[in-house]
Amino acid sequence: MNKEAKISCKNIWKLYGEAPEKFLKNTNNNPTTEEIKKNNYIPAVRDASIDVNTGEILVIMGLSGSGKSTLLRCMSKLIEPTHGQVFFEGNDLLKASEKELIDIRRHKMGMVFQHFALLPHRTVLQNVAFPLEVQGQEIQKREERAKDVIKLVGLEGREKYYPRELSGGQQQRVGLARSLAVEPDVWFLDEPFSALDPLIRKEMQNEFLRLQSMLKKTIVFITHDFDEAIRLADRIAIMYEGLIVQVGTPEELITKPATDYVAEFTKDIPRSKLLNAESIMNEKDKKPYENTVNYSDKIEKIASKVLKSESIFSVVDDNKEVIGSVSKKELIKALFAEDKNE
Amino acid sequence: MNKIKTILRGKFFFIFGPFIFLWLLRYIIPNYTISSKTPHWAYIPPKSCLGGCGSIDGLIPFVDWTNALIQFLRKYEIFGLFTFRDFTRGIASYVDKFLDFTEAVLHKGFPGYDVGPLPWIFILTLTIILGFYLRGWRLALLGGACFSYLILFSKRGIWELSMKSLAAISVSAPLAALIGLCLGILAVKRKRFANFLWPMLNILQSLPHFSYLILVVIFVGIGTKAGVIATVIFAFPPMARLTILGLQNISQEIKEAGVMAGCTKWQMLFKVEIPAARSPIMLGVNQVIMQCLAMIVIAAFIGQPGLGHDLLIRLQGLRLGEAFEIGVAVVLIAITLDRYSQALALKEPERREGNFVKRNPYLCATFFAIIICSILVFLFPFFNEYPKELTVSASVYLDNAIKSFTRSLFVPLGIFRDWMLIYFLMPLKAVFQSMPWTGVILFVGAIGWKLGKMRLALTVMLFVFFIASSGYWVRAMITVYMVFASLIICALIGIPLGIWASKKESRTKIVLNICDIFQTFPSFIYLLPAIMLFQISDVSAIFAIVIYSSIPMVRYTVFGLRNVPQQIIEASITSGCTDRQLLWKVKMPLAFPEIILGANQTLMFALFMVMIAGFIGTVDLSQEIFRALSFSDGGKGLIIGLCVAFIGLTADRLLVEWSSQMKSKLGFKV
Ligand SMILES: Nc1ncnc2c1ncn2[C@@H]1O[C@H](COP(=O)(O)OP(=O)(O)O)[C@@H](O)[C@H]1O
Ligand SMILES: [Mg+2]
Repeated sequence: MNKEAKISCKNIWKLYGEAPEKFLKNTNNNPTTEEIKKNNYIPAVRDASIDVNTGEILVIMGLSGSGKSTLLRCMSKLIEPTHGQVFFEGNDLLKASEKELIDIRRHKMGMVFQHFALLPHRTVLQNVAFPLEVQGQEIQKREERAKDVIKLVGLEGREKYYPRELSGGQQQRVGLARSLAVEPDVWFLDEPFSALDPLIRKEMQNEFLRLQSMLKKTIVFITHDFDEAIRLADRIAIMYEGLIVQVGTPEELITKPATDYVAEFTKDIPRSKLLNAESIMNEKDKKPYENTVNYSDKIEKIASKVLKSESIFSVVDDNKEVIGSVSKKELIKALFAEDKNE
Repeated sequence: MNKIKTILRGKFFFIFGPFIFLWLLRYIIPNYTISSKTPHWAYIPPKSCLGGCGSIDGLIPFVDWTNALIQFLRKYEIFGLFTFRDFTRGIASYVDKFLDFTEAVLHKGFPGYDVGPLPWIFILTLTIILGFYLRGWRLALLGGACFSYLILFSKRGIWELSMKSLAAISVSAPLAALIGLCLGILAVKRKRFANFLWPMLNILQSLPHFSYLILVVIFVGIGTKAGVIATVIFAFPPMARLTILGLQNISQEIKEAGVMAGCTKWQMLFKVEIPAARSPIMLGVNQVIMQCLAMIVIAAFIGQPGLGHDLLIRLQGLRLGEAFEIGVAVVLIAITLDRYSQALALKEPERREGNFVKRNPYLCATFFAIIICSILVFLFPFFNEYPKELTVSASVYLDNAIKSFTRSLFVPLGIFRDWMLIYFLMPLKAVFQSMPWTGVILFVGAIGWKLGKMRLALTVMLFVFFIASSGYWVRAMITVYMVFASLIICALIGIPLGIWASKKESRTKIVLNICDIFQTFPSFIYLLPAIMLFQISDVSAIFAIVIYSSIPMVRYTVFGLRNVPQQIIEASITSGCTDRQLLWKVKMPLAFPEIILGANQTLMFALFMVMIAGFIGTVDLSQEIFRALSFSDGGKGLIIGLCVAFIGLTADRLLVEWSSQMKSKLGFKV
């Protein structure tokens, strides 16, 4: 197991249907798609193994119905996987007792929901203080803390409002605040901005990045919007019909898509914003040229100077060591290539 | 379009086919006469061949068995310590403690401490403040008007009677709500218990009141506490139902939010689930209160004093003016309690900021009201006890008005009544009485089978077999006839009214509001106009049933017609439908499944009202139940009750299934 991994999922299966455990056992925990279909099971998650590293933003992406929410809920044991293991900080979550689970959820996990899931009969303040209340914190202390978090998400002055009096964006800010009230280590967000208008969504993404730059949580973020994924992710996991088809950085997904499905997904992304010199360079050509570019420079930045000049550029790393080269050829290929699989 | 037509054509065959079959049966089976001394066994179930059965002519002596069981429960001592009856009486004595308290507060006072009951001025003021708090001045006005009426028209003691009834309700309603809530929660948490509870609730809710009144008499006794217990048994099922629905409909995300916050099971229940489902749960409370009110008259049969008791006596004595006055009181209380509890159910918490008074205006108002009222009561006896000299009564005028009204309409009403009897009711009755039980079993079985559910077919056949073998077949068929006749009239009134009402938004609103108000009336009230107009006859019973049970017919018709998707209507208009074509070719077929559901509800209402109408002397099952009540014959009461319940359940199962199949054929979500 990866040492850095905060959460580690091993061969998670979640099937819906009648007695799925037995079915999995009979098929050696590895049924084929046909077998699953034939026996009328709905495969929500199939054989998913993934690590969430401490301090990273892992985005899980996929069309609706691809099993993202189910996988996320397996990580917090909101849903019991049919088969597989989930390690949280090295402890097997599926073997944890009810009491241990409650303890972990109270102190180490926070979750934000697509439709906000605020309690309608509580004010903003009471909603945010709710996780502290169930821990048994006394009212003064928890309300103080809640006020701090409300301030953090920019809802100062709305403490006494009821959820129905707030706009969608504001309600989700309350959702964010509530999930942060207990200072969790891990932050789960299930399509938190999907129910919002595009403009508000942009604003909320910025808000999210601002919060993360301060808080440095370990984050699992679900979205079906690739733009959103690119903006926020350190790594992206792409799911398709319950399978994790590829996990990698945004650059990796675009430059080396594992399947046509991933390629199709990443087609419309403006590459120049995303790829850096390293990801498009010719690795075999390690000759030192006169002009150099840094390996982490985005294409956007180097494009004009490379395209204007006829010469080849060396790509250097932070120690000024040459690790490859880029020329017009690589650049054009990266920017306009149709067949990304070659 | 064509699809709809074929579906409907299929249905018509399916309705009339079995009737033709039944009619043919008389030629297949020999010596068809139902009235002969020894009818063929295929027509009337033969008498018991099991164990000599004493009093009852049933094929299977259910009644004797039940009575034996009751006897056992009365006599047998559990652990040799106490009998089941001791147990129930023990519970009743606790109920009595609560009753003592509410009665003391509302009408008896605390003689030991030399304190009188709560003066009227308190009740009036607090009701008004509560109305303001719950919804605003209109509700406050309604509450104020209601209690003003009770105070002002108290010449014959309406105020005291109302307080007696309210004292009983303020014990039975919270008790029923609490029991319903707990059972509902348990059913949601334990699947196995739910599987047991649902059918229980179905049967409990379709049993006529009178049949468990008898059991209550046997196991508890008579009087206010018995009335309260009967009321609780009757009123808790809707609460349990709405609690279950409410808890099941909480959004998954909210529950997950609770779990992720680290709630324990109890925290989940009290801090997340119950608050999140508070609206349906409070609607359950509203239902409970309405059921309790419906019971105030019925509980009077087992000696619960109050408005119901006096209404009953006036009705029996045909003192219609006085009955009317009490009836108005009952209706006003019903409407007030209904609106107040509805407002409570829909109340959203409000944000108020500022100093203490600004944040809690109603609390402060209540506080000041109490102080001012106390001073007034202390200074002026007027506010303590409203002086009798200032009360009024309109009963004499009402009596005269009713008398002259009926006198002037005597001839036309008489003609109408006789015409109805001769040309509609009697022939229909004859048809139903000549229905052989074997045929009816086959009939319901055939429908169940045609609907494609073998299980359904078997269930309804079993229901009918129970009725046939219980020994009350002939009476049951009279009940069915009454219900059926009412259903036809309800459809003739309700569907056109629904069509008319659905044409315009404003009409819909008015008609639905009237339906709301009518539905609030306790059922016995409907006997008043029936007796006024048609004296005592089948016609007056059916009249009462029809006004009561037309409500769902209208409601569902309006609902079905208004819920036809706007796109379909627009598409039809652009393809050139006239208004008439639009109605008959588009809207009606699409609303038909909903109308069937309306018919089902109408049937249930009618069945319920038939039992009440037994009070004005019909000769169906209800008469037998009243008889069983006066002899405290628990077995008979329960078995007849089950017969009634099974009539209802048979129709309900078939109609609901039919409607939902039609809906899915038409592509609606079921
Ligand atoms: N309780 C359930 N019963 C049956 N099927 C379910 C249930 N929950 C989810 N599914 C199915 O599992 C699949 C994955 O669902 P979900 O994880 O919610 O997808 P996503 O979040 O990616 O939209 C879907 O096909 C869905 O229909
Ligand atoms: Mg989802």
